[in-house]
Amino acid sequence: MVQYNFKKITVVPNGKDIVDIILSRTQRQTPTVVHKGYSITRLRQFYMRKVKYTQQNFFEKLSTIIDEFPRLDDIHPFYGDLLHVLYNKDHYKLALGQINTARNLISKIAKDYVKLLKYGDSLYRCKSLKVAALGRMCTVVKRIGPSLAYLEQIRQHMARLPSIDPNTRTILICGYPNVGKSSFMNKITRADVDVQPYAFTTKSLFVGHTDYKYLRYQVIDTPGILDRPFEDRNIIEMCSITALAHLRSAVLFFLDISGSCGYSIAQQAALFHSIKSLFMNKPLIIVCNKTDLQSLDGISEEDKKLVMEMKAEAMKTVMGQGGEVGDDEGVLLTMSTLNEEGVAAVKNAACERLLNQRVELKMKTKKINDCLNRFHVAIPKPRDQKERPPCIPQAVLEAKAKQAAEKERRKTEKDLEDENGGAGVYSASLKKNYILANEEWKDDVMPEILDGHNVYDFVDPDILLRLEELEREEGLREEEEEDDDFEMDGKELTPEEKEALAEIRKKKSLLIQQHRIKKSTAESRPSVPRKFDKDKKFTTKRMGRQLSSLGLDPSMAIDRARSKSRGRKRERSVDRGDKDNGDAMDMDMDQPNKKLRLRSMSRPRSRSRSRPPSEVAPGEGFKDSAQKVKAIKLGKKSVKKRNKDARRGEADRVIPTLKPKHLFSGKRSIGKTDRR
Amino acid sequence: MRLEKCWFCSSTVYPGHGIQFVRNDAKIFRFCRSKCHKNFKMKRNPRKVKWTKAYRRLHGKDMTQDSTFEFERKRNRPERYDRNLAENTLKAIKKIDKIRVAREERHHKLRMKGKKAKEQKEAAIELEQGIHLVKAPSVLAQDQSLTLPKIKVKVQAQAEENQAMEE
Repeated sequence: MVQYNFKKITVVPNGKDIVDIILSRTQRQTPTVVHKGYSITRLRQFYMRKVKYTQQNFFEKLSTIIDEFPRLDDIHPFYGDLLHVLYNKDHYKLALGQINTARNLISKIAKDYVKLLKYGDSLYRCKSLKVAALGRMCTVVKRIGPSLAYLEQIRQHMARLPSIDPNTRTILICGYPNVGKSSFMNKITRADVDVQPYAFTTKSLFVGHTDYKYLRYQVIDTPGILDRPFEDRNIIEMCSITALAHLRSAVLFFLDISGSCGYSIAQQAALFHSIKSLFMNKPLIIVCNKTDLQSLDGISEEDKKLVMEMKAEAMKTVMGQGGEVGDDEGVLLTMSTLNEEGVAAVKNAACERLLNQRVELKMKTKKINDCLNRFHVAIPKPRDQKERPPCIPQAVLEAKAKQAAEKERRKTEKDLEDENGGAGVYSASLKKNYILANEEWKDDVMPEILDGHNVYDFVDPDILLRLEELEREEGLREEEEEDDDFEMDGKELTPEEKEALAEIRKKKSLLIQQHRIKKSTAESRPSVPRKFDKDKKFTTKRMGRQLSSLGLDPSMAIDRARSKSRGRKRERSVDRGDKDNGDAMDMDMDQPNKKLRLRSMSRPRSRSRSRPPSEVAPGEGFKDSAQKVKAIKLGKKSVKKRNKDARRGEADRVIPTLKPKHLFSGKRSIGKTDRR
Repeated sequence: MRLEKCWFCSSTVYPGHGIQFVRNDAKIFRFCRSKCHKNFKMKRNPRKVKWTKAYRRLHGKDMTQDSTFEFERKRNRPERYDRNLAENTLKAIKKIDKIRVAREERHHKLRMKGKKAKEQKEAAIELEQGIHLVKAPSVLAQDQSLTLPKIKVKVQAQAEENQAMEE
């Protein structure tokens, strides 16, 4: 398969990559640990192993490259020439040669250094020898870097070459640029070659396949050839020349008789004559293309003469193969790729001629006898003179005839659609063939949904009957209804009572609400004595309002409340034992925000008086109140400065140990210790 | 195009609404909105969820058996089109709807029968028991009726003003 498939060549890495790969492999696959305490033999072994390993890897890698690239002499001459045309044989061989030299150099380096390592006397010396060896090998590879890059490019291009089998049936298409070779190729094969009005659209060989008489034929489209001396030809033209020269195929020489390619028939004829040497032993057909623009009979006399000359040449090839004399039809053909007339004829003629030629050749070789010996066509010998044609029953013949007739006569829906304007304009009536009781109903649109019901669920042939029954039932029931439609009115509440009830309900719900709030905030609500009444809920005004809404007269209650609360500006002379001075009080005591006046002369609260600070209690240890006052003063003075400086006192918080050990040391059994 | 019933709440699912869930045993569950869908995913039983039709029917809140329901039945074999039949069907649908609505109302009324009497009784009891919240017992002793007390307003100042104005 190396013959014509270059896709299996492995990728050629560039120099740096090879070095990286192999050095890292050495690093990984050889032992890495070495100490200077090891015995010297062990050290030497260690480093020798590394050097050898590296050399082996390089050797393998470069060998694969050299082996996989084809040798230009070993492959089919067509490919050899093609590769030479494309890449220059010498350059190619040089590159491969360089790689070969590199390979040998590396082997030599390794050998030398291994020899030196045998006499290394210390770790350091062995190590430096190894470093030097590897370094030199890598330099060698780096130097062949450009060759590697070149080979990689070649490999990529080779992989994309068309896979042409040089030995099978091939048809070659050649001619001037723009004559219609690629269009012809597109027509007879499944290939999709670029067709453009400018010359040299096709820049390389393209392969397509076509069938004839159950055999596969390769069709090769070539780039156009200009009429130039051989030495001046460029690479593209050389490709086609190579193909012509080496492939054993039928040749189709294309002629543009309309001249729309830009070249006259004279030029094309000149080209023909210059390359006719390449047509030796190949069945040649001259194809006149673009007959839609200019037919063969309509060209001028000189042009016709030229064409006839070409035909004569072509006939010679026929003669040379020992073909039939009267076969000038298969030599000069006309066609037009645009309206496809004559294309099939050209293809058949070419395939036929090629086949005949190949069969003839095969017949002449010795191998044919082996084949012939192996098969035998049995033809039954006629027993008697009776004629026995194939027997087809009459019914089948009739049916076939009828089918044929019907196919022509019946008008399909598609035809109807086409008549009425095509797919976007006409929409087929699906209801055309409905079978209904009345033809007018065909176009009826029945609603599917009505008032939130599916109409189809109600459809029923007896729906009227059932509806009647239902209505009768309903009528009966309604009558019954009217009889017992009374509701005992019972005891209805009067409007005032209703009002009262509403009030009661309101009050109840308020109570419930308050209770709920109280319950839910019980824990976070401070229990404050009533005299610190922040919301001012406990005022006499409020009390008065509530009482009056209950229907009572609040004035007495208010007076009493006021009398029992503390007085603001009371004379000290009022006696305390008087409990009943609620009436006399008409001072306004409603301000709950009064400061706690310690000394209240009014008695109602019945609270015992606190001892003044200057009074000496027995047992304290003071002589008299003056002494006590002085003692208090001294005490205060001692604290005053410290307090003013805001320094820490005896009562202030003290942390005995600022860094207790148990909090600042130790590991945790689970968890992290990044905070203390 | 069909109107389907929501599997959870039994309301109609119009085209373009809701979600259809097909279980591995090929049973199809249709939902009218994500509320029903989410309830289904939580594996709630519609017969226990108060606002669904299934619950209401089960607990007798809505009419269960009635001949009007039998008119609407999913028919699998289509009838051949007949214009008269179609017309009659459309008219019948409206009448059946009316009858059905009337019957449902009747059912509801029947259910609510006796509610009024009960409510009145309860109101009377509540009024009697709770009158102390809005009327002081002393006032109640004087005025036996179960109504709000009359609030006495001081009229003296106003009378004087009136006189002044009149003069």
